Amino acid sequence: MAKALMIDYEYCTGCHTCEVACRKSLGLDSGQFGIHILKDGPRQIEGTKKWELNYLPVPTSLCDLCAERSEKGMDASCAHHCPTHCLVVGNVEDLAIEVGKKANRALFVPLA
Amino acid sequence: MANALLIDYEYCTGCHACEVSCKKEKNLARGQWGIKILTDGPRELPDDKWEFNNIPMPTSLCDLCAERLESGKDPSCVHNCPANCMQFGTVEEMSKEVAKKGNRVIFVPVV
Amino acid sequence: MAEKDYFAEHRGQFQWEDGDYTVTRTTVWSGPGCHDGCGVLYYTKDGKLEKVEGDPDCAYNQGTLCMRCLEMPEVVNNPRRPSKPLKRAGERGEDKWDEITWDEAYDIIEAKVREIWRDYAPESIACMIGTGRANCWQIPYMCYSAFGSPNFCLGFLSGESCFQPRSAAMASMSGDFFIADCSQQFESRYDEENTEWRCPELIINWGCNAVESNSDNFYGGWIVDCMQRGSKMITVDPSLTWLASRSEIWLRLRPGTDGALAMAMLNVMIKEDIYDHDFVEKWCYGFDELAERVKEWTPARAAEICWVDEADIVAAARMYAGAKNAAMQWGLPIDQAVMGIPTAQALNALWALTGNIDNPGGNIVIRNAFDQNVSYNYGYNNLPAEVQAKRIGAEYPLMSKAGFSSTAHSDSILQAIETGKPYPIRMLWLTSTNPIANMASDAPRVYRALKTLDFVVVNDLFLTPTAVAFADLFLPAAMSPERDMQRVWWVPLRGMKKVCQYGECKSDDTIVTEIGKRLHPENFPWNNDQEWTDNILRTETPGYDGGYHELVERDIWVYPGFQYYKHEKGLLRADGQPGFSTPSGRIELWNTVFSLWGYDPLPDWAEPSNSPYSSPELYEKYPFVLTTGARHIEFFHSEHRQPELTSRELYPDPCFEMSPKSAADLDIKEGDWCWLENHRGRCRQKLRINPTLDDRVVRADHGWWFPEKDAAEPSLYGVFDSNINNLLPQCENGVTGYGAPYKNQLCKVYKCTEENSKEMPSICVSTKDGYSKAMDESNGDVKVGAIYNG
Repeated sequence: MAKALMIDYEYCTGCHTCEVACRKSLGLDSGQFGIHILKDGPRQIEGTKKWELNYLPVPTSLCDLCAERSEKGMDASCAHHCPTHCLVVGNVEDLAIEVGKKANRALFVPLA
Repeated sequence: MANALLIDYEYCTGCHACEVSCKKEKNLARGQWGIKILTDGPRELPDDKWEFNNIPMPTSLCDLCAERLESGKDPSCVHNCPANCMQFGTVEEMSKEVAKKGNRVIFVPVV
Repeated sequence: MAEKDYFAEHRGQFQWEDGDYTVTRTTVWSGPGCHDGCGVLYYTKDGKLEKVEGDPDCAYNQGTLCMRCLEMPEVVNNPRRPSKPLKRAGERGEDKWDEITWDEAYDIIEAKVREIWRDYAPESIACMIGTGRANCWQIPYMCYSAFGSPNFCLGFLSGESCFQPRSAAMASMSGDFFIADCSQQFESRYDEENTEWRCPELIINWGCNAVESNSDNFYGGWIVDCMQRGSKMITVDPSLTWLASRSEIWLRLRPGTDGALAMAMLNVMIKEDIYDHDFVEKWCYGFDELAERVKEWTPARAAEICWVDEADIVAAARMYAGAKNAAMQWGLPIDQAVMGIPTAQALNALWALTGNIDNPGGNIVIRNAFDQNVSYNYGYNNLPAEVQAKRIGAEYPLMSKAGFSSTAHSDSILQAIETGKPYPIRMLWLTSTNPIANMASDAPRVYRALKTLDFVVVNDLFLTPTAVAFADLFLPAAMSPERDMQRVWWVPLRGMKKVCQYGECKSDDTIVTEIGKRLHPENFPWNNDQEWTDNILRTETPGYDGGYHELVERDIWVYPGFQYYKHEKGLLRADGQPGFSTPSGRIELWNTVFSLWGYDPLPDWAEPSNSPYSSPELYEKYPFVLTTGARHIEFFHSEHRQPELTSRELYPDPCFEMSPKSAADLDIKEGDWCWLENHRGRCRQKLRINPTLDDRVVRADHGWWFPEKDAAEPSLYGVFDSNINNLLPQCENGVTGYGAPYKNQLCKVYKCTEENSKEMPSICVSTKDGYSKAMDESNGDVKVGAIYNG
């Protein structure tokens, strides 16, 4: 049963917490990331007063969805520490239902 | 039942086809996007490999090509992707697909 | 199959073993850190801090943390930290030190203090700290109760413009403090079933980017928690912050015009008769006078002043007035204007006119948990009245007679150092403040002044530019995980447990106690940090039944009860009557205390002195409106600049922002180093193009120094090279003494070239006595063209 990372990117503020929490958890060197925040915007949407600004944390090839923490009964470090609770790690099956409930969500499967 | 966009980012080359086909389909002005490629890397990894991923991300202007769907077509980005790395379907269908291999993501831009 | 839950297994435990680690449950507070007090789990191995995790059982942050707590071990274990007291060996600025013992350091301090007592007076000693951190009662206590001086304030922060203007407005208008209600006063968060909390229909982010700043004991994530529960937002900010991008209305105001915008919103609410009549009639005083005052503040007038669409101002006022409940989270731009206090009055009036006073999801009245009011005033009453009267700044009634603040007036202390009036300052004690990097506007002027002092003690986490430039003695300070103490800032009451030790560093509490016992032992009846914590809990915290062990090792955090509508229930006034703790018993839209002391009792607004409209001749030379100091999550003021830290990796250089068009017009590109300059001075920062800014506005970073550069003069870790404070004035305050124009100035921008970078600001300031020396007699500010006055 594959595990997945669900992101409600409506609420990602780009604060780097997931990046740093992951790095500390995996013991990665400076300059390395197990999850990395990408950014779209800010860009004014033509003809409106609205602005497009989205941060998207993306798991990298170093992400193992915190297998070790999971065995101890802990949440993945990124999800645990995210100040806006916009990251969830769980089974694909369970999160598949969640991801469809609201717009601006993404579901990553970093490893099969 | 919401629809979802699946990206197999192992294979996205960052070629901009999705971005441009979307702009054309929706007649967006210069500087506007309905899908935008975000790039992670290139970043050298500890084992002499490189991390380099492109992730096309739908924006708030994406309606999953509702008009095309009505006429029995795929969203424009999915249709035109030269790497065949994008799929479209219900959340249920795409959730099954996304679990089949690593380096996949599904987006739910609208419900 | 029951799933393992690590944290459930350890619920209620204060400390446990996890493999090779000891895990300790406690809370954090700067330094390093920030204003907040997040619940953390410290993982230590053999007495060394190795990792930090968010405590999911702490209602404040619910297991989450920002990157600064996550990188805490990098800072705590950083080999740049001095581990012993240092005595200056060469001249000031040479970065030559001898390591000495604590006793030797204390001997020197004691001798100096007694000499000052003998030859001058105790008030010739001044003590200063940084903002909102774990010494905000310890250092005042030392100042008053050990040194016998009334002169305590923040580190040359002009106009005391850190929350104090807002708090003076709130205290005088309404008799209490208000915060945005995100259920943080309840241990059961966001619980509409078991508490009376209701999610705000609307949150107004006024000059506050809470998700980056986390200021004033407010965790930015709470705004997003409320968004997820349905709150809509209005954001007032010159730049599109992330919060603005998700707001219904973004008011992109010209920096320094917050008061005008607030007055116009009051105008709309009154003119369209959409304010809360019931609340105003029952609980406000001076409504008619306020209505008269805001009559001329039409949205059209404000639109022109604020550079905001008139329709948006009207829409915002209507949305605010029409919301069932609305909470305003406000920030430093209100304080950092000369019109700080009147602006705060206008915003307070908005809360009152919309009836968002102590209601669920509005702006609630908050008091310190369990009535512990130990803060800047702690120990002040150990001073006889005649000494209190000598406090520098005592001539400002709000600061002294009206009792709103026990701090001295830092601009006046600067002038006392410069002129010897009203009396000279002989000794300066600085704990955890780095004025020439951070708080001190006109940093070069403060640099010149501090060089003239007889004796300076700097007590900090690292050797900073301030330490190298001025310190005769440097005392290495313990960091947050190395301290036993307690904390109250609103709620909850929290304990902090020491889990590690670095070299010979001592906590602020220990230093104060050890010095205090030498000078005035009768005021220091405790022997160590645990005992002092115990003393505060048992003698200054009437509502809590316990001491150090109960709080720090058993309870860790404790939430007092909370009630809404306290004014209706007679819970605010000393006489137990319904109403507010004000002379009229009501919220004083017409402020009787201000009137008593000769200040304008109503809110008002006036142009900053340096603006396109008030100083057009300056604007012609310096055609950008400059705002400074927007917060970044990577840093807390001048903390976290060490190059090996994660913070520096994610934010490596000082950056300023302008619009794409303005950059193109000046032919400068993303990443270019550029000079920001006005008639007072200049500094260089890197361009980051911000497509959301008005073409006429520039934003610059603050707090920058470079630990990787040379410590010794002329470099001082490069502290003047990127210091936006080179462009800002000291001694320009509101009539009350509060407020200073940090965030509303003018500047010009031009690209750095080899030619124009030959004389770096550090050279200019530390070798040529440069910048802002030719004063304009008419306004006390510098003459245009005074720059490079070598």
